[in-house]
Amino acid sequence: MITIIDYKAGNLTSVQLAFESIGQKVKITDRPEDILCADKIIFPGVGAAKAAMDSLHELKLIEPIRKVIADGVPFLGICIGMQVLFESSEEDNGTKCLGILPGRVKKFKSSDKSCKIPQIGWNTVKINASHPIFEGIEDQSEFYFVHSFYPQCDDENNIIGQTQYADSVFSSVAGNKFLVAVQFHPERSGRIGLQLLKNFCNWDEGC
Amino acid sequence: MLTKRIIPCLDVRNRKVTKGVKFQNNIDLGDPIEMAVNYSNNGCDELVFYDITASAEGRPIDIQMVREVAKAVHIPFAVGGGIKNLDDMRKVLLAGAEKVSVNSLAVRNPNIIAEGAKQFGSQCIVLGMDPVKVEKSEKFPSGYEITTQGFRTRTGIDALQWAKKAQDLGAGEIVVNSVDTDGTQAGFEINLTKIISENVGIPVVASGGAGTCQHLIDVFVQGKADAAIIASMIHTGKFTIKEIKDELIKADLPIRKKW
Repeated sequence: MITIIDYKAGNLTSVQLAFESIGQKVKITDRPEDILCADKIIFPGVGAAKAAMDSLHELKLIEPIRKVIADGVPFLGICIGMQVLFESSEEDNGTKCLGILPGRVKKFKSSDKSCKIPQIGWNTVKINASHPIFEGIEDQSEFYFVHSFYPQCDDENNIIGQTQYADSVFSSVAGNKFLVAVQFHPERSGRIGLQLLKNFCNWDEGC
Repeated sequence: MLTKRIIPCLDVRNRKVTKGVKFQNNIDLGDPIEMAVNYSNNGCDELVFYDITASAEGRPIDIQMVREVAKAVHIPFAVGGGIKNLDDMRKVLLAGAEKVSVNSLAVRNPNIIAEGAKQFGSQCIVLGMDPVKVEKSEKFPSGYEITTQGFRTRTGIDALQWAKKAQDLGAGEIVVNSVDTDGTQAGFEINLTKIISENVGIPVVASGGAGTCQHLIDVFVQGKADAAIIASMIHTGKFTIKEIKDELIKADLPIRKKW
């Protein structure tokens, strides 16, 4: 059973359908008690970091999220669900985030006017460190991104994959023990994205 | 590197994909779900569905079809045609579409762009536009006028001014569909695409006229498009998506290679 945290940060349909298509049962919840007893957790989200943080506070989900990550429950952050794991975001004039991963979330800057912001589309991920979620996925595979802000992880040891866009090379995949977070949308990234989700579902051993 | 997207367009009428020339003489091409799966498996980067008769017949959007597409393919897709209000947008997005496309509705009520962006995020809101070439004038400084309802109605709005306004209102992307080249397979309207793309900061999707791989190369290189819509050239079986992508890779364009 996959538990998807619903904290009113965007539409969960595609995440739910992606897991169902690989034969997984899904539970969507905003209740702390469901999160505390989950086997595997998906922390998705689109939108703004501040709205996401406000919603997590309001639903009293911050402590349960900290606890399951500390306890080593496999945990996958996606897009805004990745960004709020860092210390802070430049979005909305500075938003304090969860600080579970070291680093900050910054706004894309481009010296090339033809480079559009937000980044929308398929970009490559350079795999820095082998990780169970990349099992069977080639280095430099493309994933689907939609974002104006990007995570910059401060500790090399937490960087699993990197992507180049605008003037930045950013941490598109980061993690720590049983926590892994991706800036792209695996649920929208075709067969390779589904492979990553399958790998997450099969992930039981630490790396 | 961010890749140039190739987006098959499926015009759907009564659950069948159809194709016409300049919005007329439509013929049935197949089942939308089967075609979506086939194109997705063959490496298209995104899909767009227009429920083309919804608007004219005043029917609601076929939400069941949107749901079936979302279950069958796991790449982004947009849905347009017949969106009348925020509630329609919500239904389409909750059914699993990544984006909704508004065209005539936004011309009548530009605020729908701002309201949609606020409710669902700019990334979900695509502005579709159907410009036609006109004499450059004070009224039409870009030399293109926005039409609605498949060329039938002229709006008196300049295409570039409309694109900029849509961006300011919060559109996340603009599909520029040239009325002059739509369905002709004779090449995109490069000049139009370039004017819009160079003057807005959001991605521009070129549409109308794709017939050969060279047309796509031209619209990416000269037209500065971020993505391009194709229809007849693949619906007829003249090209596969892989053949198209191989040609674009040979031309040194950044293209998604693994799927």
